[in-house]
Amino acid sequence: MTAAKKAEVTTPATDLRAILSAVMASGGIRLVDLTQTLSPDFPPIVLPPEMGQSRPFRMEEISRYDDRGPAWYWNNVSFGEHTGTHFDAPIHWISGRDRPNNSLDTLPLEHFIAPACVIDCSTEAGADADFLLTTGHIAAWEKQHGRIVAGSWVLMRTDWSKRTDPVAYQNLDETGQHTPGPDPDCVRLLVKERDVLGFGTETIGTDAGQAAHFAPPYPCHYYMHGAGKYGLQCLCNLDRLPATGALVIAAPLKILDGSGSPLRVLAIVPASSGSG
Amino acid sequence: MPEPAKRPKRKNPVLRTRQPTLPPASRSRVALGLTAAAARGRLELQVCHDCGAVQYPPREVCRACLSHRLVWRLQDGCGELLTETVLRNAQELFFRERLPWRVGIVRLDAGVNVIAFVHTNAGAAPCRVRVDAALDRAGQAVLIAGPEHGRPDLSEDPKLREMTCDPRSRKILVTDGKSALGQAVVRALGQAGAEHIWIGEAEPWKMAPGFEALRELPKAMIVPLDVTDGNSVRELAGEIGGKVDILVNTCDCHRTFSIASRRGIETAQLEMDVNYFGLLRLAQEFAPVLKARAADEPTNAIAWVNLLSIFALSNYPPHGTYSASKAAAFSLSQALRAELGPAGVRVINLFPGPIDDEWDQLGQPPKLSPAAAATAVVEALEGSLEDVYPGDVARDWLARHLDNPKALERELSEGAQ
Repeated sequence: MTAAKKAEVTTPATDLRAILSAVMASGGIRLVDLTQTLSPDFPPIVLPPEMGQSRPFRMEEISRYDDRGPAWYWNNVSFGEHTGTHFDAPIHWISGRDRPNNSLDTLPLEHFIAPACVIDCSTEAGADADFLLTTGHIAAWEKQHGRIVAGSWVLMRTDWSKRTDPVAYQNLDETGQHTPGPDPDCVRLLVKERDVLGFGTETIGTDAGQAAHFAPPYPCHYYMHGAGKYGLQCLCNLDRLPATGALVIAAPLKILDGSGSPLRVLAIVPASSGSG
Repeated sequence: MPEPAKRPKRKNPVLRTRQPTLPPASRSRVALGLTAAAARGRLELQVCHDCGAVQYPPREVCRACLSHRLVWRLQDGCGELLTETVLRNAQELFFRERLPWRVGIVRLDAGVNVIAFVHTNAGAAPCRVRVDAALDRAGQAVLIAGPEHGRPDLSEDPKLREMTCDPRSRKILVTDGKSALGQAVVRALGQAGAEHIWIGEAEPWKMAPGFEALRELPKAMIVPLDVTDGNSVRELAGEIGGKVDILVNTCDCHRTFSIASRRGIETAQLEMDVNYFGLLRLAQEFAPVLKARAADEPTNAIAWVNLLSIFALSNYPPHGTYSASKAAAFSLSQALRAELGPAGVRVINLFPGPIDDEWDQLGQPPKLSPAAAATAVVEALEGSLEDVYPGDVARDWLARHLDNPKALERELSEGAQ
């Protein structure tokens, strides 16, 4: 790693003291679980079958108080790094491969707790599965809730997580997947002008289902990871978060050279704030 | 299309479900030569290399010249039914439960007398007949004397029908209906008179060409089944396991890589997970219930069919990892046969050559159409077989393999097909 790269500006750490103080002062907190249950039925990302495939979540019993282990129950589990509710590190994408501290084992600890800006796109995504979040939507949101603070997660609420039928959740047809996501300009704005910590969605990717056809392809992965930002996917319960004020705890597993991992994502929400 | 068999009456649930009995299963090693041929649908007898005398029953030395050079040779089975009788008493439980039996002595044109079950369509002795080998419920070779011309349909004889796994009136699970092969098998079984077909569907979010049309089939029902997921297999076995008479495992993951053409093991592991561990998961969950219902007449659990590959016999290096997974599945199927055999549930393995499907796009013809492979499944069930090699490529490979396995290995390593 070169000195120049080391010196490269990284996403600012959250001023945890200020945020925690505000949360404490708010008169109590509530916790919201933003995590889907890991199960074999939760659909994995679909790639063309000739490409390498991410393993879906699988669980095999080691013993269950039986001849294989009389007093204990446990399982072996297997899954791709990008399974279920999961975290994308910069090294996941080719644009982020040379970033400093780009893999799970090297991520700065202070990034694991950060404020969240929740942009409610549930109406639009409900009407159009291919809905794209644009700079116009960001401007409108900021007009109402204030400028997105550097170092924040931007979470795109679509209520997609309420699609409990895996077929509806994947929403594939003969032209591929149809799920909402950000458009390239929106991502560029969030990365370059807002210096966010990362982008989170309720769908299987941070990018829209049709993002393979965007310029560049998969802009959210390309720009976010290229700038050392993160991704969160397959989130749920975003409808229980306020537009601002929630603190998100998202600490992926510490895997050597890991590109991502399933994780438990929690939000600490000031009790006084409503949900969005 | 066969005449719709009379639908068997539903069982009386108050009565005890009977336990399976088997015909005597012990054979000497030399007598197993008869079984080895019958498993492939062939009547073979020993012929003396020195004097040409045909032998029966199987023996160590020639009955005519005492030479020990006896070789198994295909026979046409033609001969004369000299005499026959009807067996009305038997000590063996299996025969006792099924009395009476029509048996006779046939003088084969090849020069030996054999004792055979006499098919109901064969004339009264004395008359010309043709003798065929079949597998009984113990999986051992027996001889059947049928009409001289044409192959006798064992299903037409109520007694000998038990030597088949006729899909008529059976409830059948086809483990994967999304592939072209799976769909062809479903349709062929439907046409063969299956009473009900469950069709496994994995990854319901992925559309497969032709799959939706299966929903329109009468007597068919799509059920979730992903053989890479133990829970999924367990749940389905819990739900329908006690109803399945025949399980046809069509799950197949065919990727076309050599060792060098795919970095890492993930693709090979997927092949292994579907082709080998998938079979193991199915076997652990379904085999016990099939065994328990092996004598649940008249609609008892009767057969397990595996769609393997001729690549299971000898590795085809351009599809090296796939071949290895099929070899593993073949090996496991032998263990499954050993476990299901004592209950009389037959394990039938099909070893097709390359199938004309999407993944084998670049394979050179001849390739077996999915419909032809499906026909082979039905014929295997309707007949009395264990090992089926459908298609020219499969038969050619088998012949070369039996002749000299090392030579076939060398030929395949040179890319010869």
